[in-house]
Amino acid sequence: MSTVMKKVDAVIVGFGWTGAIMAKELTEAGLNVVALERGPMQDTYPDGNYPQVIDELTYSVRKKLFQDVSKETVTIRHSIKDVALPNRQLGVFLPGNGVGGAGLHWSGVHFRVDPTELRMRSHYEERYGKNFIPEGMTIQDFGVSYEELEPFFDYAEKVFGTSGQAWTVNGQLVGQGKGGNPYAPDRSDNFPLVSQKNTYSAQLFQKAANEVGYKPYNLPSANTSGPYTNPYGAQMGPCNFCGFCSGYVCYMYSKASPNVNILPALKPLPNFELRPDAHVIRVNLDSSKSKATGVTYIDALGREIEQPADLVILGAFQLHNVRLMLLSGIGKPYDPVTNEGVVGRNFAYQNMGTIKAYFDKDVHTNNFIGAGGNGVAIDDFNADNFDHGPHGFVGGSPMWVNQAGSRPIAGTSNPPGTPAWGSAWKRATADYYTHQVSMDSHGAHQSYRCNYLDLDPVYRDAYGQPLLRMTFDWQENDIKMNRFMMEKMGKIADAMNPKAIARIGKQVGDHFNTASYQTTHLNGGAIMGTNPKTSALNRYLQSWDVHNVFVPGASAFPQGLGYNPTGLVAALTYWSARAIREQYLKNPGPLVQA
Amino acid sequence: MKAFVIATLALFSSFSAVAADSDPQALVKQGEYLARAGDCVACHTAKDGKPFAGGLAMETPIGTIYSTNITPGKSGIGSYSFEDFDKAVRHGVAQNGSTLYPAMPYPSYARVNQDDMQALYAYFMKGVKPVEQANQEADIPWPLSMRWPLAIWRWLFAPAVADFKPQAGQDAVLSRGAYLVEGLGHCGACHTPRALTMQEKALSASDSPAFLSGSAPLEGWIAKNLRGDHKDGLGSWNEEQLVQFLKTGRSDRSAVFGGMSDVIVHSMQYMSEADLTAIARYLKSLPAVDPADAPHQYDSTVADALWNGDDSKRGAAVYIDNCAACHRTDGHGYTRVFPALAGNPVLQSNDPTSLIHIVLKGGTLPATHTAPSTFTMPAFDWRLSDQEVADVVNFIRTSWGNKAAEVKASDVKVLRE
Repeated sequence: MSTVMKKVDAVIVGFGWTGAIMAKELTEAGLNVVALERGPMQDTYPDGNYPQVIDELTYSVRKKLFQDVSKETVTIRHSIKDVALPNRQLGVFLPGNGVGGAGLHWSGVHFRVDPTELRMRSHYEERYGKNFIPEGMTIQDFGVSYEELEPFFDYAEKVFGTSGQAWTVNGQLVGQGKGGNPYAPDRSDNFPLVSQKNTYSAQLFQKAANEVGYKPYNLPSANTSGPYTNPYGAQMGPCNFCGFCSGYVCYMYSKASPNVNILPALKPLPNFELRPDAHVIRVNLDSSKSKATGVTYIDALGREIEQPADLVILGAFQLHNVRLMLLSGIGKPYDPVTNEGVVGRNFAYQNMGTIKAYFDKDVHTNNFIGAGGNGVAIDDFNADNFDHGPHGFVGGSPMWVNQAGSRPIAGTSNPPGTPAWGSAWKRATADYYTHQVSMDSHGAHQSYRCNYLDLDPVYRDAYGQPLLRMTFDWQENDIKMNRFMMEKMGKIADAMNPKAIARIGKQVGDHFNTASYQTTHLNGGAIMGTNPKTSALNRYLQSWDVHNVFVPGASAFPQGLGYNPTGLVAALTYWSARAIREQYLKNPGPLVQA
Repeated sequence: MKAFVIATLALFSSFSAVAADSDPQALVKQGEYLARAGDCVACHTAKDGKPFAGGLAMETPIGTIYSTNITPGKSGIGSYSFEDFDKAVRHGVAQNGSTLYPAMPYPSYARVNQDDMQALYAYFMKGVKPVEQANQEADIPWPLSMRWPLAIWRWLFAPAVADFKPQAGQDAVLSRGAYLVEGLGHCGACHTPRALTMQEKALSASDSPAFLSGSAPLEGWIAKNLRGDHKDGLGSWNEEQLVQFLKTGRSDRSAVFGGMSDVIVHSMQYMSEADLTAIARYLKSLPAVDPADAPHQYDSTVADALWNGDDSKRGAAVYIDNCAACHRTDGHGYTRVFPALAGNPVLQSNDPTSLIHIVLKGGTLPATHTAPSTFTMPAFDWRLSDQEVADVVNFIRTSWGNKAAEVKASDVKVLRE
């Protein structure tokens, strides 16, 4: 028997960015809110104490801030013909754990979205015709436009204290010659902070990109270019380029996180409670299955606790939002054979390519310096900023030098042909450690009928519940796009005139490799849209089937963006919260009639 | 702005008297505000205890005493008439006639106005929830436990009770500041040095330059000099910075730590802008103790050396490895976030206790209503030896134009224990 807690107005599952934003918005609306976080309490103090936090072995290598796969993981297979096996060592993606979630250990690249990517299918069909999109590719429109989201992008940037340079503000050109991005959509305001300074490697990229004829711009970064106070009164310190962002707690208070930017404003509120060590195992539904009554979780002592609530927000990591919906019976599970059902469909990722350029000792790139959101990028091949017609693939990639800090254990990289160990390796490492530039094409990834999520029929977690099963592999479109991007980015690398170049891209026949990290940007599975037959959520991130369940997060993306997702995740969460505050609370029920 | 503050202040004082007459609730509210100004809750509440129920242990040279229950219940002050209450607060005499330990700052409260006493009484009788919690006897051995010598102390050192009278022709803001600082605020209780007989060496600005000139260490922290000295006082602070500091616990260049944190959290952040301005203006009117006082002159020698990779100055390497990330090699810190060390008066007092203490134990900037972020300086006692702490403290106290007496490893050892 569960212990039943006092009913609250809203329960939030997960306290990362979406959970924190929702908590702030819903407490502002006067609701009593409880946020349940499966992991422990974490904050800058004591988890980011200097100098203890500057410890690559503890954080990056032993994965201190990530999900504990001995308790819960996913099983993975390449196709429905394969048997999925549990992923027993995190590698290719890194879900967070504990207060702040992945928002505590992220890098801080803080983009908006290219407007065409919000209406991906419509846009491609309009420009290239219906037949251009390959058979089996299930890309869709989000059901919300850039113009509708613009005020929420703007507000999220002010909450995050984002550094960057606008191209146009209310139609006025402001960013030419200052690091603005000519492909960026119009904005209602500039960034709250000016761009960060650029590392030397980013300056080399900028120069080379200009020579090749591309249009370099400063990456928008949620690492501060100076001290900042956000609209909630929360303060940030200035980034000092220490290079310990992704995988770490920022000891300078300069990387935006739920902990630094939102939690201080929530802590004093009498109508808010943050309950760590509360692992939610299901959303409870009433007998009609169309209304949630709350959630059930396991506390730190292993007790089953029921938390009743009028409103349930699933704000967990992408994988967990999808899994909780499947475990709770919210929405019809997706079946790739019939192409019916909605929960688990349109699971997508990101499609990266990397080039490393190695220089002589007179080029000092000092790679130990870095900031997770910092760098110089080009958008000439992102989204649909170029004619895809002759190339026969869907999707685009921004490309950049994003020198985030090369740490001593994993940060070593040597020119192709260097032995992997021994004296030759040592010599090369000494020669090249601070004389190299790494650049990425951070590609969009499309959704396909064959890439999806469901519950594993065999493997269970520490609480006896089925694991989530990931069926995923690279498709022809992905390889084509990756090869195209590698070739374009190669021109920039060549223009730098390095001593040696390593090209790390995808080859025809390559399969998804769970050991090799590229990004943590998993998307889809509980996607938003305009049709309940092809989406789990309506345009306000409200479940079509259970109207008092909202599911913010990248799980709502129908496909993967070219950009990093956090900016769009935050804006969509504010957009959803606005709909809850202004429409749903007045008249609880479906906000869109199916 | 100045005119506005004065006008608001005048309005506040006249309005409150009128409102209090006609509306008992307003009198209770006024009393609550004044109780905040007096920070009664700080001493009269035990750690994790009920507000005003007493029981907080206070170390004195003769033993431990415990604050009393001042809630309006049977075990508190429920049976106190206004006269009893006034006798305790302003005269230092309890209902039973015995003299209070001067941990109760009645020598300061002696100048609180009769009207404000009425408001405080109304608040403690009607605005505070009664808590039944018996008072705890002091752990003081006989014969020191006898109370009659306290009466002599009181007779010798407590001033006559009299309503505060502004000096003729004094600026209204300044005199309001004097009233709050010398009276209810009882700032001197910590910030004024005490004589061997434990009385504050001065109770007001007119008494002597000892007033608010900084004290000996109290619970491991120095209550700093609040006078006009640039080296270790408030000479380099302006009125606006002081108001910001008292309201939020932080200013562009500084952050509260040590014993003052609780004062900000429980008391100062509740004060009106007008009262904080009055306090700040009054403090800024106190002249420097040191006749040779001069503004801090920044010296870039050390910053230049560190910039050029020269860490040969003793303590420099420890500073680089532990402090420079936030406070920077030039000692300027970062505005509003990490305090400047160059020219910072709390680091240059003769007694280095506060600086050693914060290096060893760290500190957390408290959240306030208008500034909710808490910044924490972590502790370094687990990784720095006594000698290393002494080296880095000396480095800080003699770099970027800072000047202060040398610290020895033995000084650190004492504080570590």
